[in-house]
Amino acid sequence: MRSPLQAARFHAATRREVLLGSGVLFAWAFVPRLARAEGRDPRFLTIVLRGGLDGLAAVAPVGDPDWVKLRDNNALTLEGPKPGLPLDGFFALNPAMPNVHRLYQQGHATIVHAVATPYRERSHFDGQDMLENGLPKPGAIDSGWLNRALTGLEPSRDAIARGRKAFAVGPITPLVVRGPAPVLLWTPPRLPPVSDETTLRVLDLYRHTDPTFAQGLEEGLGAASIGKAGGVDENKPGIQQGGGIEQVRAYFAEVAGAAAKFLAAPEGPRIGALAFDGWDTHVQEGAVNGRLADLLGALDGALGAIRTNMGEAWKETVVTLVTEFGRTARVNGNAGTDHGTATVALLLGGALKGGRVVADWPGVKEADLYEKRDLKATADLRAVLKGLLRDHLRVDERALTADIFPGSDAVAPMSGLLA
Amino acid sequence: MALDPRKAALALHRFGFGPKLGSTSGSIAAIASDPQGAVLAELEAPKAGQIVNPNLPTSAAEARTVFDFFYARQAQMALERRRREAAQAAAAENPGATNAMAMEDKPAEAAQPAQPNQVLPPRKIFLDEAGARIRAAANADIGFVERLVWFWSNHFCVSADDTAMAGAYEREAIRPHVLGRFADMLQAAEGHPAMLEYLDNAQSIGPSSDEGIVRNRGLNENLAREILELHTVGVRTVYTQADVTNFAKVITGWTVLPARDNPEHGGEFVFNSRMHEPGDQTLIGKTYPGDGVQQGRSVLADLARHPATARHIATKLARHFIADEPPSALIDRLTFRFFESEGDLKEVAKALVTAPEAWAAERAKIKRPGEWLVATRRAIGRLGNIPAMANQQAQLGEPLWRPAAPKGFSDDNAAWLGGLKLRLQAANAFAQAVAGDFEPRELVDVTLGPLATEETRLAVARAESKVQALTLMLVAPEFQRR
Repeated sequence: MRSPLQAARFHAATRREVLLGSGVLFAWAFVPRLARAEGRDPRFLTIVLRGGLDGLAAVAPVGDPDWVKLRDNNALTLEGPKPGLPLDGFFALNPAMPNVHRLYQQGHATIVHAVATPYRERSHFDGQDMLENGLPKPGAIDSGWLNRALTGLEPSRDAIARGRKAFAVGPITPLVVRGPAPVLLWTPPRLPPVSDETTLRVLDLYRHTDPTFAQGLEEGLGAASIGKAGGVDENKPGIQQGGGIEQVRAYFAEVAGAAAKFLAAPEGPRIGALAFDGWDTHVQEGAVNGRLADLLGALDGALGAIRTNMGEAWKETVVTLVTEFGRTARVNGNAGTDHGTATVALLLGGALKGGRVVADWPGVKEADLYEKRDLKATADLRAVLKGLLRDHLRVDERALTADIFPGSDAVAPMSGLLA
Repeated sequence: MALDPRKAALALHRFGFGPKLGSTSGSIAAIASDPQGAVLAELEAPKAGQIVNPNLPTSAAEARTVFDFFYARQAQMALERRRREAAQAAAAENPGATNAMAMEDKPAEAAQPAQPNQVLPPRKIFLDEAGARIRAAANADIGFVERLVWFWSNHFCVSADDTAMAGAYEREAIRPHVLGRFADMLQAAEGHPAMLEYLDNAQSIGPSSDEGIVRNRGLNENLAREILELHTVGVRTVYTQADVTNFAKVITGWTVLPARDNPEHGGEFVFNSRMHEPGDQTLIGKTYPGDGVQQGRSVLADLARHPATARHIATKLARHFIADEPPSALIDRLTFRFFESEGDLKEVAKALVTAPEAWAAERAKIKRPGEWLVATRRAIGRLGNIPAMANQQAQLGEPLWRPAAPKGFSDDNAAWLGGLKLRLQAANAFAQAVAGDFEPRELVDVTLGPLATEETRLAVARAESKVQALTLMLVAPEFQRR
């Protein structure tokens, strides 16, 4: 059934459209009542980056004496043709992210580093589940912490009149926002393009099992410039020639821009989620000059679109970017990285007390690495999320531990994140 | 019988539309005790190959509906034109009164207000027919008979670009005979209005017929040639150009009642003797007496019996199911069976399924887009949006009922290997919509089972998201091959 919201893609949803799109007249409204009582109208957007974002490539510890030795040519530094964007003297931001850098300088971005969920295996499926369902160990439940947080906000007496809900943007509703509280899903008309990651893996599979298929696909991709697995060349552009990365940029910007329009609308939803794939950079990561740089650039563009479309509501906004785990501290034999542990969480928004990197830095000497391979986690991502839910949305603190992040009694909400 | 899950998986992919998630009959486990028997059993099902759907009109009714629709549009445009001309004429006489004239009653708009999301009749007919076909394939147990319907429909193809009746044609001319006699299917297909329109025979006129003389019109050889070259004996075998011309004369008068003057029977077959070339005709060494419509029927009956036809059909069947260059022993076996059973298509299908070559482990053929798309839906047990599937099929190069030429869609691997990148995009898009609800590693077991390579299993297990995992499975060579 085609939702009227799909027709609304070029303008902010009116209240009527939001109500009609739900197909339900009696919508639970999850208005952050206490926040409202303070005269605020907070917005909260969660962006899930699927695949395990390499935190060290997005935000590099340039001040760490062991950093360059660790990553050698792949290390982002403050020198060279593409220097990192300085943050606080110790950390630098990937140069593909000028929008984030500007927001950081304005005090509207906070980076949390060496942070991870409690998950210590390295499977995408389980890792993403734990990232989104908020459980302390792997296990399946069919709801996410963000959806459960909605029930920690008191239902408004104006339920029917306001008709607000959580919402998600994308072809499917991410687990983080699924659950008992009803969610509106807005599906962008443009489909996500096939990520370089996926294309590479399909090619790899064909090359190993079906040479005829490999040839067929290579010809279809115009793949003269695709290095065979094992070829090292950081300077090769993304696989999808002439329009591939542009497609990704356009998709990211459209989805994020639409999400912001909904959140900014006076009668629109206040809490939402979306997901971007493609971060699992095992081969030819290209943190400065390749695939990861392109992806971070596309993400930066999307975040810029959010800032623009939020307009006046930016000062009430918090955007949280999270990923299931980080990647190995060292580069592997294919100029990529494998699954790791600690990584970054990126917070953006005018409601933040930003312009800082929050990190209890563990160091990157071999002895400091988790299992001698990954950046060690010195902070629990749930602490960050609990702090934001409590202080920005005024979610009840007991609910945070009892229901939203069960088993997190020992994890204190991180304070001081909000202005 | 010992369980043979590998053979069962092969049966589903090679002779059907792939395993169906959640099915008690269309799964590897369900048929593992006797895969070959399970395929053969589908040939005996009471309504095998039929679509039982009272909601689908006859081809002639569809033709009339479409004709009426376009005719009404034509009338509307004529009214518009007259109104504009009248307004211009009035404006020329009396410049000050233009507005008043323009505001007058607009019967044209009132008669046919355009709704933004209205599905126009030709498209509606197409979608209804496509839906019935796709559902039949998706819901079948293994789907062997549906595969045969698709094979024959492509062999005797027509194009929806030239006739509104393409979907109904498949139901009326192909399905009733898919397990019957080739001779009957041939008569039904070549005499069907859709075919007569598609290959221009509806306008073919015998030069010495009364119509030919009065209107100074003549033959169109298109259908006659394609019957010989594509549908029966095959190219460069037993016929000459003279045979083509004479055959064209034989089937003059095989035409379609125009919808325009025939509100009740428009779109039906009619033999118009005034258009028919009189006299005996000689074809491939035999003379056929000039006995009207029976002349053409006799030729078709003989063509159906011709040994070259048996070999032609046998080769195409083997090429479709087994390999681009099938083993000659298999072709011989099928040829013989076709010939000695006088074109009993059920017997030929059985001969195919019981042939040892038909179970070769090497999976040489690639699924065409339409059957691959159905397989993807069966893999997750969900059909989803039919118009979207029809669109995807078109994007992948096999627009439903719209082959580029009377040869139909190619069955050679080479034709489809270039489209692998598009399939990757289609699989990715599909996975984006559905992947969240499934456990990819379980799907691999259900959908591929013993056919899955270690590499594919590993790739699925290591995928960075469920979307990627499902995409990988659906584009894996084991899933794309027959």
